Amino acid sequence: MSDAPPDLKRSIWRRNFTFLAFCLIASSAVIGSLWSTKPLPAPSSFDADDYEELDFQKVVGEIDFQFDRHWATNKINPVQQADSLLLARRLSLGLTGTVPSFEEIKALEETKEEDRVQWWLSRLFEDRRYSDYLAERLARAYVGVENGPFLVFRRRRMVDWISEEIQQNQPYDKIAKALIASEGTWTTQPQANFITATIDQNEDKGPDEIKLAARLTRAFLGVRIDCVQCHDDMFGDRWKQKDFHQLAAFFGEAEVSFSGVRDNEKNMYEYRYRRTPEKQKVLPIVPFSNELLPEEGKLRERLATWVTHPLNRPFSRTIVNRIWALMFNQPLVPTIDSIPLEGPYPPAMEVLVDDLIAHRFDLQRLIRVIASTKAFQLDSKSADENYPITREHEEHWASYPLTRLRPEQVVGGLIQATSLRTINAEAHIIPKLQRFFSQGEFLKRYGDFGADEFGEQAGTIPQRLLMMNGKLVREKTENNIFLNATARIGALAPTDRKAVEAIYLCVLTRRPTPEEYQAFVPAIEGLKGDERHVAIGDICWALLNSTEFAWNH
Amino acid sequence: MKTHEHIGCGSSDHFSRRTLLKAAGVSSLSFLTPLGDLLAVKGEKEKDRQKSVIVLWLAGGPSQVETFDPHPGKPVAFGSSAIKTAVKDIQIGSGLPQTAELMNDLSIIRSVTSKEGDHERATYNMKTGYRPNPSIVHASMGSIITHELPDPSVEIPTHVSILPNQWPARGGYLGAEYDAFQVGDPKGPVSDVKLQVEPERDQRRSKNLALVERAFARGRYQDLDKEKTLHRVTMGKARRMMNSDQLKAFDVSSAPASELNPFGDTPFGRGCFAALRLVESGVRCVEVTLNGWDTHTNNHEQQGERIKVLDPALSSLIKALKVRGLYDDTVVVCGGEFGRTPILNAVDGRDHWPHGFSIALGGGGIKGGRVIGATDPAGIKEEPEDKVKVEDVHCTILTALGINPEKEVMTGVGRPMMFSEGFEIEGLLG
Repeated sequence: MSDAPPDLKRSIWRRNFTFLAFCLIASSAVIGSLWSTKPLPAPSSFDADDYEELDFQKVVGEIDFQFDRHWATNKINPVQQADSLLLARRLSLGLTGTVPSFEEIKALEETKEEDRVQWWLSRLFEDRRYSDYLAERLARAYVGVENGPFLVFRRRRMVDWISEEIQQNQPYDKIAKALIASEGTWTTQPQANFITATIDQNEDKGPDEIKLAARLTRAFLGVRIDCVQCHDDMFGDRWKQKDFHQLAAFFGEAEVSFSGVRDNEKNMYEYRYRRTPEKQKVLPIVPFSNELLPEEGKLRERLATWVTHPLNRPFSRTIVNRIWALMFNQPLVPTIDSIPLEGPYPPAMEVLVDDLIAHRFDLQRLIRVIASTKAFQLDSKSADENYPITREHEEHWASYPLTRLRPEQVVGGLIQATSLRTINAEAHIIPKLQRFFSQGEFLKRYGDFGADEFGEQAGTIPQRLLMMNGKLVREKTENNIFLNATARIGALAPTDRKAVEAIYLCVLTRRPTPEEYQAFVPAIEGLKGDERHVAIGDICWALLNSTEFAWNH
Repeated sequence: MKTHEHIGCGSSDHFSRRTLLKAAGVSSLSFLTPLGDLLAVKGEKEKDRQKSVIVLWLAGGPSQVETFDPHPGKPVAFGSSAIKTAVKDIQIGSGLPQTAELMNDLSIIRSVTSKEGDHERATYNMKTGYRPNPSIVHASMGSIITHELPDPSVEIPTHVSILPNQWPARGGYLGAEYDAFQVGDPKGPVSDVKLQVEPERDQRRSKNLALVERAFARGRYQDLDKEKTLHRVTMGKARRMMNSDQLKAFDVSSAPASELNPFGDTPFGRGCFAALRLVESGVRCVEVTLNGWDTHTNNHEQQGERIKVLDPALSSLIKALKVRGLYDDTVVVCGGEFGRTPILNAVDGRDHWPHGFSIALGGGGIKGGRVIGATDPAGIKEEPEDKVKVEDVHCTILTALGINPEKEVMTGVGRPMMFSEGFEIEGLLG
């Protein structure tokens, strides 16, 4: 180029300079946008008036009244109300298995304080993460987590089908009915996998009536009649062995062929009871509320109609208890799938059941009602340190219960907490892919609770090791401005105070306490480059390893 | 009742100066480095040695005919041969010459039966002694042993799974803290136990964490950690493990070649060597998995490849346990979730067979040189002679370890559960 004419040299330099300037402008725009995020669109389904209506307020008021009475009877004072950011965190963890993103928190804070809970719920209901997450939780109750029989069981398809139904807010009784009475192949009629999941290919038998009856009673009726499959109940006289097998007999006609699941009237369930020499044919009889059973139809259709009948209240109680468990991380009736048939029931249960039935098994309404109750909105700590929370508070729902996050909530929270942007269906492919791959590996090592999700689980040493020294936490707190919140915050936060605040919002969905500001702002003050990043990363590490991050509160 | 009893960590004669100094370095952070605990128990005397179990888990279902139940020249053999062993009248598969020499130390049950022919369900069945049931997750044998035989001098997890496949042993109703601690090929250090930052930075992180914990604890219980979360207690145990010299037992890379080589230069061989060292350190149950036994095609060739890996590892493990005086206190069990069909299929494979398959076991008070049960050499009769149920194997091993198999634990679902519902196998215990 040294021999080129001066005009050409100038032209080349001009071109290079223009290109360089363009790159600088473009990269600063990209990096700038990483911090100052676009305002999120308001959820289209949100209308504040819906929740002001008398009908909605009356139900919430009745539940609050029942709890007030319960607390007065037990001489316990409920704690103060939690702030809206904490409520949003609980809802996100319970309904999507992750925490609110930085940009979502900013959007939430721009809405009116009194609208925030319902606004947030509208946003979650429009987010595919909600239906996917709820579908997986329900599927665990329906078919467990096992891979199941080869080829004839497609768990993923079934979960996707449930998710689609939930996304459309289909009535819950319709979903349950479709699963119980499903026909067709496991690929084209994914709900049929509820039946095919029980096939024992080794025994070369069709659907297993015993497994189906066990799943059905627990998942849809909240009773454990399967405990008496081998003998009458030794701990009470409620259930007899016959109750279980007569219920199982409703699946006796089901068979599986190349055309999928179907019913064949020639099939009949047989069982050898204790102390009887041979198998005998078992007649299909429901264990209670026989008057609700239709007289005509295929056995499974009759069963499905009976199970989901509006007057068959155990069905409604079961889903109320499960949704409550998702939102509080623990069920209203302590054992999720064992709800007494005749009561007594804790406050809220029967009101929620009435409302669910009156609103045609609308799950979104059920969630909205629960989220509006005083019990859900209570803090998990006492404002008066001299009178801290006690076990009695949690036992009586006089404070929001402190519960250990489930593994999928920990990894979901971890991945979201270390990104400023929301990682949902609309997110860029790179963070989505990263979430997909990281999640599986992390869960494998952290431990998955399987189908017994709401049982009390202890924390383990491998879990703490994974959080302290594991690859995912390390990667998520390292200096990567395109993928990690800590790096972006370090580089782009307008002030040190804002940087500390942003880390807290990302990880713990709250602002630091005065003591925390006082400790952490000076810790990063004046630091540049790597030193600054390391200091911010260390704050993030501490937040991720805290009890506050690992527990729902 | 979920038991919240924890695998104690505390005193150790392995307690090194290095560990003490490390602990002292951050002693202001008492919950992270429970120095007080460590010092308090330093002077404790070593307890009587308790028993342990090593499970060599042959995942996929080994063929009984090519391993411990050969029928040379009979219809089920399809060309498989056998060799004599140190015990007159007992033959095993010809691919196991080194194990054959140790037949006085091992017994074989050739008539194990179950009703589970699916890998996942059968694995559950074999590891817990119970068939899968939607109402409860049963406790694996390893978790029961860990629960029943705690050892406060052990600073590392006492239930370990080396090279686990997708279904390692679980704590089940005993709780996740009894799940097997999973590690890969022990040719290097265990993952996640190495501090990722310099000590100074680690100390800063710990101070940051202490501040966040203080803020969160306000207004929550008198002692949040003790009364509710045990978060910091568990973290303290993790820290103790990170600083423990016992961790070296997981890493065989620095072991003398003369000790390691006989086990075979394979991940499984190294796993067996690590299992030896872990048991020596006081670990209660180690499961070492060897995959690849699901031979639906080319059975003989594929089983043969696996057997080549198994033979040196199994035999060297028994020899080493004996040399170190540990065999009388360590039950060694070798088997998979089921066996394989007596006949070959169209592609020279053997399919799943839960109706009469073999496991080998010895040590820990189990007599050697015995054979229990027999299968039909013609492969016609499905049911073996002297049938042994899976739960009977569990009952026998628990009894050998001094654990009452009939002991009941109240589970979280309000249902009492016996450790085993089986019966002791006659003639195996001394």
